Amino acid sequence: MDQQTAVEQNSKEASLLEKKIHRRKFFKFSSVAVASAAFIASCDKNKEDDGVNLGSGDVGILNYAYALEQLEAAFYTQVVANAAFSATFSTDERTFLTDIRDHEIAHREFFKKAITGAASSSIIPALEVDFSSINFANKASVLGTAMAFEDLGVSAYNGAGYLFKDANYLLLAGKIVSVEARHAALIRELVAANSFLGDQVDASSVNISRTPAEVLAIADTYIVTKINATNLPTG
Amino acid sequence: MNIINILEEIEKVDGDVYERLSPRRKAMQQFYKYGSKAAIAAIPLGLGSMFNKAYGQAVPAGVIAVLQYALTLEHFEYRFYERGSALAPIPAGADKTAIDIIRDSELKHVNFLKTVITAAGATPVAEKAVYDFTAMGTFPTVFTSYATFLAVAQVLEDTGVRAYKGRAGELLGQKVYLTAALGIHAVEARHAAKIRYMRRLNGHVPGIKPYITGGNDSGVPAANGNYGGAIPESNVNHAGVNITTLPGVTGTISVNAATEAFDEPLTAAEVLALVAPFGVS
Repeated sequence: MDQQTAVEQNSKEASLLEKKIHRRKFFKFSSVAVASAAFIASCDKNKEDDGVNLGSGDVGILNYAYALEQLEAAFYTQVVANAAFSATFSTDERTFLTDIRDHEIAHREFFKKAITGAASSSIIPALEVDFSSINFANKASVLGTAMAFEDLGVSAYNGAGYLFKDANYLLLAGKIVSVEARHAALIRELVAANSFLGDQVDASSVNISRTPAEVLAIADTYIVTKINATNLPTG
Repeated sequence: MNIINILEEIEKVDGDVYERLSPRRKAMQQFYKYGSKAAIAAIPLGLGSMFNKAYGQAVPAGVIAVLQYALTLEHFEYRFYERGSALAPIPAGADKTAIDIIRDSELKHVNFLKTVITAAGATPVAEKAVYDFTAMGTFPTVFTSYATFLAVAQVLEDTGVRAYKGRAGELLGQKVYLTAALGIHAVEARHAAKIRYMRRLNGHVPGIKPYITGGNDSGVPAANGNYGGAIPESNVNHAGVNITTLPGVTGTISVNAATEAFDEPLTAAEVLALVAPFGVS
């Protein structure tokens, strides 16, 4: 595919996500309107609430990765735990989704331990997620979301790699991102044969990358906890 | 790949590239227009000095060395799929399509790296006139048996992923070059996952998964080194954390999950020794 087509597909994907984001904002505003008195009363507090701060430097990038791994792990945990899991997916699909759940949990727990060890006061807390837009008993809904998460994760690690100052952390991110890319290719194959690269590569067959701001804007649809990325390095 | 592609690639990671290349943006836009109309091949020859000026310094020799190393491997990978697509008994349909997608992807990597290296002011390393795809007789049926062809493809892709990973540190902080290398690294991982999945679906290696379970799970004993090395694929320790001691859904994370969840690097020396029997180095 040429670059123009790739760009168009990316923007299609982006606009789908935007719609989701808008819908979520609408619900937020609706509930605010219903409880407007409470909203006004809590305004001062909200002003001071800048959300969970990822922090700065390499630890900030690690927290950023930790946030994304929390999101992925929570998603696959819910996929596998759903009562309709066996009825919805084939034996192979169940094997893969269970494996991926365990990989994402390994990533999440690894970051938790490593960040605590490196800067215990800087680690972000467990994030609250919102998967209400996903139908966990529907194969297309689950695999579509999984594909979006995996592709997002790959582009996130790729886009943040150059921000690391410590080569050891860069290597750690490298060890994880290729596994996320393997997941992404696999999930894509479960959705449609030979889509393992799809619209995730540019005209030179290089995987796309996204900035933390771009990634968090997309992930925001599924994360209730406000994330403050303002102190992340920008290069 | 031409001048426009290079600038577009760079613009993705450095939005100011046109400003850097010329303080007079208008002049740069004219240059850009000219390039897109003519797409002339001669321009990259002057690009090296242009980029050096734009970024205030020459591209470090270490960066060039990593790019040349990557190109050396991509030349070989492309030829492997190019020959394989033409010669190996690949079932028509989805399997053939997949191999051709990967072949074309590798060719794009070759052309991309050639252009980037040229733009950085160096001469891209040439491909070898001849490769030995049997690896000196280790895989005599590489292009006559579909199972062997996919087995070698898997080993090469997994090794490619490890090769890029092993040298990422040498591109630390290099926004343009590191981001490009990571982007290719991820695509090699997508190839590897696909080839592994094809081997599973074809029943060549029952139970093999798109990720590396334990150490050498390829079913190819000759590839032990490709999954070994100073930090083998079977490693479960990262930054002082033993993954198998961390909490899983029930109990702790299993060894299989721990090894699958992290891919490992290979050094340049390790990779070059592994591909030497193919005539790559």
